[in-house]
Amino acid sequence: MAFRGMQSFRTMAEEKKLFKVKIDNITVEVEPGTTILNAARLIGGDVVPPAMCYYSKLQGSGGKCRTCLVKVSKGSDADPRPMPKLVASCRTTVMDGMEVGNITSPEVLDARKGVVEFLLLNHPLDCPVCDQAGECDLQDLSYEHGVSATRYEFKRRTFDKIDIGDHIKLHMTRCILCYRCVFTADQLTNKREHGILGRGDASEISTYIQNSLDNDFIGNVIDVCPVGALTDRTARFKNRVWFLKPVDAKCECTKCSGKAVLWLRGDEIFRVTARKDKYGEVEEFICDTCRFERKDPKDWTVEGPRKVSRHSVISQGHYVGVHKPDETIAKVMDGRAPKLLMDIHDISEVNMPAVDLSKIDGPAHSNDFPKSNGVQ
Amino acid sequence: MAVQFSEENLNKVKEIIARYPEGKQKSALLPVLHLAQESFGGWLSAESMDYVASLLQIEPIEVYEVATFYSMYNLKPVGKYLFEVCHTGPCMLNGSDNIIDYIKETLGISNGETTTDGLFTLKTVECLGACGYAPMMQLGKHFREHLTKAKVDEIIAECRSKAN
Amino acid sequence: MGRKLLLDKAHIEGIRYYDTYRNNGGYAAAEKALKSMSPELVIEEVKKSGLRGRGGAGFPTGLKWSFLAKPEGVPRYLVCNADESEPGTFKDRYLMEFLPHLLIEGLLISSFALGANCTYIYIRGEYAWIPDILEEAINDAKKNNWLGKNIQGTGYDLEIYVQRGAGAYICGEETALIESLEGKRGNPRIKPPFPAVKGLWQSPTVVNNVETLAAVVPIINIGGDEYAKYGTGKSTGTKLISACGNINKPGVYEIDMNISVEEFIYSDEFCGGIPNGKRLKACIPGGSSVPILPANLLLKTAKGEPRMMTYESLNDGGFATGSMMGSGGFIVLDEDQCVVRHTMSLARFYHHESCGQCSPCREGTGWMKKVLLNIENGKGKMTDIDLLWDIQRKIEGNTICPLGDAAAWPVAAAIRHFRDEFEWHVTHPEEAMIRNFGLAHYADPLPVVATAAAV
Ligand SMILES: Cc1cc2nc3c(=O)[nH]c(=O)nc-3n(C[C@H](O)[C@H](O)[C@H](O)COP(=O)(O)O)c2cc1C
Ligand code: SF4
Ligand code: SF4
Ligand code: FES
Ligand code: FES
Repeated sequence: MAFRGMQSFRTMAEEKKLFKVKIDNITVEVEPGTTILNAARLIGGDVVPPAMCYYSKLQGSGGKCRTCLVKVSKGSDADPRPMPKLVASCRTTVMDGMEVGNITSPEVLDARKGVVEFLLLNHPLDCPVCDQAGECDLQDLSYEHGVSATRYEFKRRTFDKIDIGDHIKLHMTRCILCYRCVFTADQLTNKREHGILGRGDASEISTYIQNSLDNDFIGNVIDVCPVGALTDRTARFKNRVWFLKPVDAKCECTKCSGKAVLWLRGDEIFRVTARKDKYGEVEEFICDTCRFERKDPKDWTVEGPRKVSRHSVISQGHYVGVHKPDETIAKVMDGRAPKLLMDIHDISEVNMPAVDLSKIDGPAHSNDFPKSNGVQ
Repeated sequence: MAVQFSEENLNKVKEIIARYPEGKQKSALLPVLHLAQESFGGWLSAESMDYVASLLQIEPIEVYEVATFYSMYNLKPVGKYLFEVCHTGPCMLNGSDNIIDYIKETLGISNGETTTDGLFTLKTVECLGACGYAPMMQLGKHFREHLTKAKVDEIIAECRSKAN
Repeated sequence: MGRKLLLDKAHIEGIRYYDTYRNNGGYAAAEKALKSMSPELVIEEVKKSGLRGRGGAGFPTGLKWSFLAKPEGVPRYLVCNADESEPGTFKDRYLMEFLPHLLIEGLLISSFALGANCTYIYIRGEYAWIPDILEEAINDAKKNNWLGKNIQGTGYDLEIYVQRGAGAYICGEETALIESLEGKRGNPRIKPPFPAVKGLWQSPTVVNNVETLAAVVPIINIGGDEYAKYGTGKSTGTKLISACGNINKPGVYEIDMNISVEEFIYSDEFCGGIPNGKRLKACIPGGSSVPILPANLLLKTAKGEPRMMTYESLNDGGFATGSMMGSGGFIVLDEDQCVVRHTMSLARFYHHESCGQCSPCREGTGWMKKVLLNIENGKGKMTDIDLLWDIQRKIEGNTICPLGDAAAWPVAAAIRHFRDEFEWHVTHPEEAMIRNFGLAHYADPLPVVATAAAV
């Protein structure tokens, strides 16, 4: 199988030499300078390494979480030696003739299991009360790559929740220190007011003296945060994401493109977010007015239902277009069935197994469940 | 403004900034924070850090990020004499634990605490590069090496007499 | 008597000051390089000398210099790494305190070779009094036209500045050092790009250890070929070793790299043996990051040959039965020391010093420390030992910078060689609180030498 990179659609005359790279035995041709991760994304499916800190729209991001580690078994045609250590695929560029192992490399799977365990070490696992549940990258990651029990017997580190301004809540205990929100503030706003304080495992996202984040685009930190550490105060706890129906909508906005996703129940807008692609990345950043203030359906023109293509719990509901990636994981993992560390369906009392979400007509509603909508 | 460098220190800041190429004045942050800590009571308040930010024309958060990263910046007030005793391997082999216990006992404080008279603070630190002269501690600008209980007594007495 | 190249004049009174240094042959190498050699020729001499980086990794210095990118119109920088924070290491401090002009002269020659006009010495913040010594030396060198504009009429300009760190071991890692020098948190950068291409302020930069740069002076003085005659094989020249722990004469020694470990520990010229008639239990020969070795493997390699104080011999047997030269921090443990406790203290160190950027090191170092504390305090389980092994294995090689490896190796080596001592802590929790495990079968195979030196 050979793919051609999207970026490489050019006229023959200006066509550059493309690099051939083999990832999990699938060959793809990409432009020089492409990272292994982006090359894998062109192939798609299971061979795409999970990325918890890299964000293609944020310059300098990546390299930190180490979930995207891969094995380079052949450096290039010119220098076929393997790389001595696993490398972060998000920050390593391909060479012509490179061969990479991701899910076909036991070494990678083992290391990744370790990384997931490290990331979850101090994580509260409070998915039942977390707003991000259902759209949390860490939840997905532990589902696919984690082990089922922790070996950590010590007290987890905890932080108090704080409000950073009227619109954003910071629940530092859940943070995985991916630095994405810091890059966002640096690159999208004219003044960064929060950052990483402290060192080592005492590092935290903070403003030092309790400061409110106040800036036209700062709300985007909520969308880039892979976990539930930064959440929208104007939407919090009003509803679980999988009860809401996401629609693409547009408004006339002078500050941003006005292209957003409305999270609806009936006609009510519970939350406004940017549109995300299949890697969970924002397509276009939106401004804080659209995000926090435009909660009246009259402000928006609905363009159509949002396609949620990720294999998250959102798409396990009845909502449109379930595009699951090829399910080869069990095959390449010696038949090991990946297990979610804490399956939201087991814990959440609203999700009675008796109720099949996909059988409900229209948006799920608390009335559809025997008990009340008791998630707090 | 309560925090304000003296004329002399302001000149020093200028001199430090001049060590770097044009526009790279952020490089002066570490040395200027040292200067601020020395000048404003041995620790860095949010106010001092904001002042440093304004001097170097950077955002306050950039200063907080740096000040909280490095272990030599004190973010809380400390005693007049800060005993920074090394407890890493090589010092441990030479009995640093006993010295730390002895200081705790003598001053009636535990690690990270300050005596009620505000004179002494005890802080255990990691290897200071005096492993061959262990056990040791840093007191102000200098190292005190080959510590014994008697030597600790002497140092405490010396500090007390200087404070009076 | 070992031959010396760096500390040969250290005993001269007042060598710290310009006049004395100059009158004793100081700045002759700088004169030779600037007036009679081209930068390329200097680099060539350094290559010939076989000098390897003295900061820990042992990378050939001449080769490293030849990698420096030289784009038009972009300044190049040399940065001297004086962060010296690896437990057991205190050699650079000695050089800077007692022979500041040797370092300045080395910096001058090296900067000239690299085409740098502005050079920084990044010194750990805790060495608070040393910047004064260095700055005085810089001023005196400047007064005598060894720094500043048009040095000795050659048309070459150089400024040297001293920058103090503020307490962070990680700033010894070259890219973290550069970040810190830029006034930022000491987070190592993700490589590539390497500093030789994009370093300080995105300009090509070389970072070298204090001792490496000082060694350039004798290399120019006697010539690279002559320098390479010192030492053994690829371990050319002399090396400063800072010896500490349970020895009679801790301190900084310059060794010609052709003596055995046994001689280094027991001879009166160096460590002078183990105090109080005790026996040697173990040793970390190259700073806290390198594997600990039990006495039997320290003095003789697995092949039964005497182990020498060279890069190759210390590494003989790989990590299974060998260790590393590292930074030259030589830590000796006698029979009364507890390996579990010592390993715990090193784990505590790495946990304290992790920058926290990448998850395996940020989370793993703290975890190892906690498990080790439990074992040390008699609360450990047998499975904890395997757990430790697994944690270190999952940190090693999976992090941004080598601090992760540096944290993993000491734990791995301690379990590899002293597993029975860990097990004993688990099975005898009460006894472990009162006494130490002792020597067991790692016993010093040379009891005679040990007792002879003890008197
Ligand atoms: C965690 C860590 C700490 C380090 N600390 C030091 C140090 O204190 N001094 C030093 O010279 N090199 C240190 N190094 C090595 C430097 O990264 C770099 O290799 C060295 O300065 C290069 O100089 P050399 O080639 O002259 O040895 C450290 C490396 C790591 C990974
Ligand atoms: S708050 Fe979220 S975005 Fe920011 S560093 Fe933590 S996990 Fe990343
Ligand atoms: S290995 Fe440790 S010190 Fe190095 S970058 Fe990662 S967290 Fe920081
Ligand atoms: S995504 Fe590559 S290291 Fe985090
Ligand atoms: S271990 Fe204490 S100074 Fe090095």
